[in-house]
Amino acid sequence: MRSGRPDVSTEPTRPEELLASVIADLIGDVRHVAVGNASPIPATAALLTRERNKLQGVPRPYVSLLQSRKHNFFTDGARELFDCAGQGRIDVFFLSGGEIDGQGNINLVSIGDYHHPTARFPGSFGSAYLYYVVPRVILFRTEHSRRTLVEKVSFVSAPGISEANVHRSGGPVALVTNRCLFGFDAARGRFRLQSVHPGHTVEEIVAETGFAFECPDEVPTTPAPSAETLRVMRELVAPELAEIYPQFTASVFGIGAQAPH
Amino acid sequence: MPVVGSLDEALVGIQDGCLLAVPREVSGVPMEATRALIRRGIRNLRLFALPTSSLQADLMIGAGCLASLETSAVSLGEFGPAPRFTAAIKAGTIHMKDATCPALHAALQASEKGVPFMPLRGLIGSDVLRERPDWTVIDNPLGENDPIVLLPAIRPDVALFHAPTADRNGNVWIGRQRELATMAHASAATVVTVEKLHDGDLLADPVLAAGTLPGFYVDAVAVVPRGAWPLPLPDHYDADAAHLAEYARLATTLEGFAEYLERHVYAQRAA
Repeated sequence: MRSGRPDVSTEPTRPEELLASVIADLIGDVRHVAVGNASPIPATAALLTRERNKLQGVPRPYVSLLQSRKHNFFTDGARELFDCAGQGRIDVFFLSGGEIDGQGNINLVSIGDYHHPTARFPGSFGSAYLYYVVPRVILFRTEHSRRTLVEKVSFVSAPGISEANVHRSGGPVALVTNRCLFGFDAARGRFRLQSVHPGHTVEEIVAETGFAFECPDEVPTTPAPSAETLRVMRELVAPELAEIYPQFTASVFGIGAQAPH
Repeated sequence: MPVVGSLDEALVGIQDGCLLAVPREVSGVPMEATRALIRRGIRNLRLFALPTSSLQADLMIGAGCLASLETSAVSLGEFGPAPRFTAAIKAGTIHMKDATCPALHAALQASEKGVPFMPLRGLIGSDVLRERPDWTVIDNPLGENDPIVLLPAIRPDVALFHAPTADRNGNVWIGRQRELATMAHASAATVVTVEKLHDGDLLADPVLAAGTLPGFYVDAVAVVPRGAWPLPLPDHYDADAAHLAEYARLATTLEGFAEYLERHVYAQRAA
């Protein structure tokens, strides 16, 4: 129910909605998307992909939100996710990092000398495995700055690329930030600026990025989500998300955990 | 036959210096047992948190209980970084064994099977592997030019967790938190706190039996209502958000942390 609100798809696009729309387009036509903890925008994107497909009569992807009881079918313990991934049964996953560098290396551990760090993050979680075996890993960082996007990470939780003989059925395909979308060229081990979000410029991206990247002469503006995409996000996805991200859905979509649907 | 008794009796087998396995936040963290161990003044524990930890590890680090910690991440989730963990790593006061989640599951599975190691994909080229001299890379003997990591089996001295219910035979209902079974299978001893006792035999009902850890693996059970508080016990109660926010605030300073311990850990002693 929209409780008397006007057509929700005509309200202005929020930055979170733009990013979710960009990520949903990156997900593609796949069977299983998994989303880790504390990732409301990737979770929005995964559910958006599913709901848009459903409207087209396409019964995929499965979406596993690891933090959710409802959107999580695993029954064989916490290892089942990783066993699934090892077999290639997870097509898309999302990772971030305290630092991400120009070779796609991610750091979730610490800054400075590992044994005497100046800053410590929680830890690598499953990244040192999932980054290697999930075919489409989408990197995601809402703070695009020289502090987070660096030339070389202090600690490699997981490398962007591997030696030719190392089993590597997966890896990064893109990096989505609050300013732009980078594609990742695995053969060359570097990022390529793919589009700049509305309100941002290429000059700004260059100034705020600590690593060198490929920059075409013409860089398009990231397309805004369509009215239909906004409608699906606001009417179908937001109520599903309220279970695990009540604060996020309240601030972005204006609905709380108790919103009827 | 497991002993069903008081919390302090159940914890007798957890001694200074032991390798103690505990689960992640959503699987039933034994917080009241943790507070009891801190009150007892336990020292030099080697904590193995499968595969991550939050308040439990932070509290034990701050209270000076840990010599080492093996896990894949420690944070207070939406309440921010784990302050005592972060401070201890920066000060070098505990030995941190950084891991990645599937490696911890796999190392326990090796113990479950009674084999010396388990191979795992990933890891090669990471600094996680570089900092783990106990992990080995071999060339896949069944393949060609295929390096793969071997993880030595981990056999904890004690597995400790909180679950919804157990029966008087020490059978423990864990539902779909199957990693608790893996922990128990792999450990030399298992101690469980539960919300309440189940009347009857959990193994006699085929529906319940599928989610039951047999008492064969269990050494002691204690009934501790709300034993995971302030962390959640899924399908039973949510996290106590206000309390965790208070912890996150207090634990940023040593004085605040001491105040928290006094108020929420030691104060229970008299109760």
